Amino acid sequence: MLVTTDVSIEQLEKTARKLRRHIVKMLAIAGSGHPGGSLSAIDILTALFFGNIMRYNPRNPRWEERDRFILSKGHAVPALYAVLAEAGFIPEEWLWQLRQIDTPMQGHPSVKDLPAVEASTGSLGQGLSIGLGMALAARLDNKTYRVYVMIGDGESEEGQIWEAAMAASHFRVGNLTAILDYNRYQLDGAIGEIMSIAPVVAKWEAFGWAVREIDGHNMRQILDALHWARAPREQPSIIVAHTVKGKGVSFMENNNEFHGKAPTQAELEQALAELAD
Amino acid sequence: MPRPLGEATREAYGKTLVELGRENPNIVVLDGDLSKSTMTKYFAQEFPDRFFNVGIAEANMVGIAAGLAASGKIPFASSFACFVMCKAFDQMRLAVAYSGNNVKIVGSHGGISIGEDGVSQMGHEDIGLALSLPGFVVMVPADSAQTRAAVRAAAEHTGPVYIRVGRPKAPIVYENGCHDFQIGKAITLRDGRDVTLIANGLMVAAALDAAESLEKQGISARVLDMHTVRPLDEEAIEKAAHETGAIVVAEEHLLYAGLAAQVAMAAAKRCPVPMRFVGLYDYAESGAPDALMRKYGLTADDIAREALQLVNPRHRVAV
Repeated sequence: MLVTTDVSIEQLEKTARKLRRHIVKMLAIAGSGHPGGSLSAIDILTALFFGNIMRYNPRNPRWEERDRFILSKGHAVPALYAVLAEAGFIPEEWLWQLRQIDTPMQGHPSVKDLPAVEASTGSLGQGLSIGLGMALAARLDNKTYRVYVMIGDGESEEGQIWEAAMAASHFRVGNLTAILDYNRYQLDGAIGEIMSIAPVVAKWEAFGWAVREIDGHNMRQILDALHWARAPREQPSIIVAHTVKGKGVSFMENNNEFHGKAPTQAELEQALAELAD
Repeated sequence: MPRPLGEATREAYGKTLVELGRENPNIVVLDGDLSKSTMTKYFAQEFPDRFFNVGIAEANMVGIAAGLAASGKIPFASSFACFVMCKAFDQMRLAVAYSGNNVKIVGSHGGISIGEDGVSQMGHEDIGLALSLPGFVVMVPADSAQTRAAVRAAAEHTGPVYIRVGRPKAPIVYENGCHDFQIGKAITLRDGRDVTLIANGLMVAAALDAAESLEKQGISARVLDMHTVRPLDEEAIEKAAHETGAIVVAEEHLLYAGLAAQVAMAAAKRCPVPMRFVGLYDYAESGAPDALMRKYGLTADDIAREALQLVNPRHRVAV
């Protein structure tokens, strides 16, 4: 499919690099959190928010016509906060308050604390159902907004994901797009060893979804897939994005130690050096 | 004398949904393959575009309801009380209570009075689960008329609501309608001086019958219909404790976490008095509804006996 976009791939990659720096820095300051799954997701979030894909208005986060993004794998919230700050929904200084008391920067997304967050998540498996509800509401109201839900591969072990997959297909919601951050690790280890979700493409196809597989760190492929997802159809779509956990920081890549451990000061400095422009 | 039976509270729920659907296009209804039992089928027939049967998938149902609510709809999501509260509890916690989404959950087949289907289908602990979620309004209407009022009040209230309705025909308590219904405001059905009987759901009719039998024994019993378990009408409880000096609470639910526990906490806080409790301590079993209510101690006689033990030491027996 031919993609027409006036966003330069180079600019998006540069933005993603900056947001990676924000992610490792906010986690180092917080002293806890989840670097691996944030870094695997950030290229996709960057494309969604800054690749002329999503409609949104940072001055009116509850704008009714906005496209919705739900981070169902809520532990990757540093990636979400980084794009929200870059898009102007929240001040950049707030990033350095991640996980601190008396701030809206909760350790997992909380709609009550931040109106720019679409759904409170962190108990895995819930976001796709909520997104389906929003997609159905758009249909009832004749609205044209689209709902994007990022799910994790470990999260795909939850039964509710497949309940929602079945229902979205049954209700023929063409305005719902899931993105699977397939980084191949979950907390306890490699996903194939803990609980395999393979063959994941065949599963989603069997559930009636339009499926596209991409390299989740290739900005061109991400943009192409997001444009593909927007094509009118009477079925939901999913982008299976093959990603690398900890992507962009050499010692975090495919190192599951950094699933839920913040970098030390020394590690932060090395990470920032690797991520420098 | 037994009170005349009216329609089941689930029947009243289903019919009220249709009325609400006609009045407000934002009312949407979800069910988990039990619409013929929860009576959301009436809404489904009249408003197929606003009805979502999600199949047997309660967690997904409540998640979808949360998404609909976040987009301005007023979703009523129904299943059996035990299934919707137990299977979708995590969704109710995160996507409804914590998120403050305007979702209405209505659990039918509450309590053991569903009868023959047995424990796996009975709501023994639904109210306790709902009560454990901050922000949830929790209501257990007594009869058809009150159910209509409660469902309407739920639609008008902004925020999460849980309503328990029942399977069997319910004795009529409000023969002329329940017009002054207010969330969180107990209804004094009968005044009395010696003891107060506080109940909700089917136990309200039983409490009225108990009060009549107590009267014959010279005991004046006040009866409070505590249809709303949260927000609890603590003032009515304080007044009852102060004026009658003894309270019996009756509910068709496990006593560990329901109306009785809430009333006891309120009384302990505001005006401690001797109390007795009529309710369940364990799971029930299959059987005819009336036989179950007798075997598990949920009758007017059980309420009257507890009241007697409180107000007249001569009747006191070891338990």
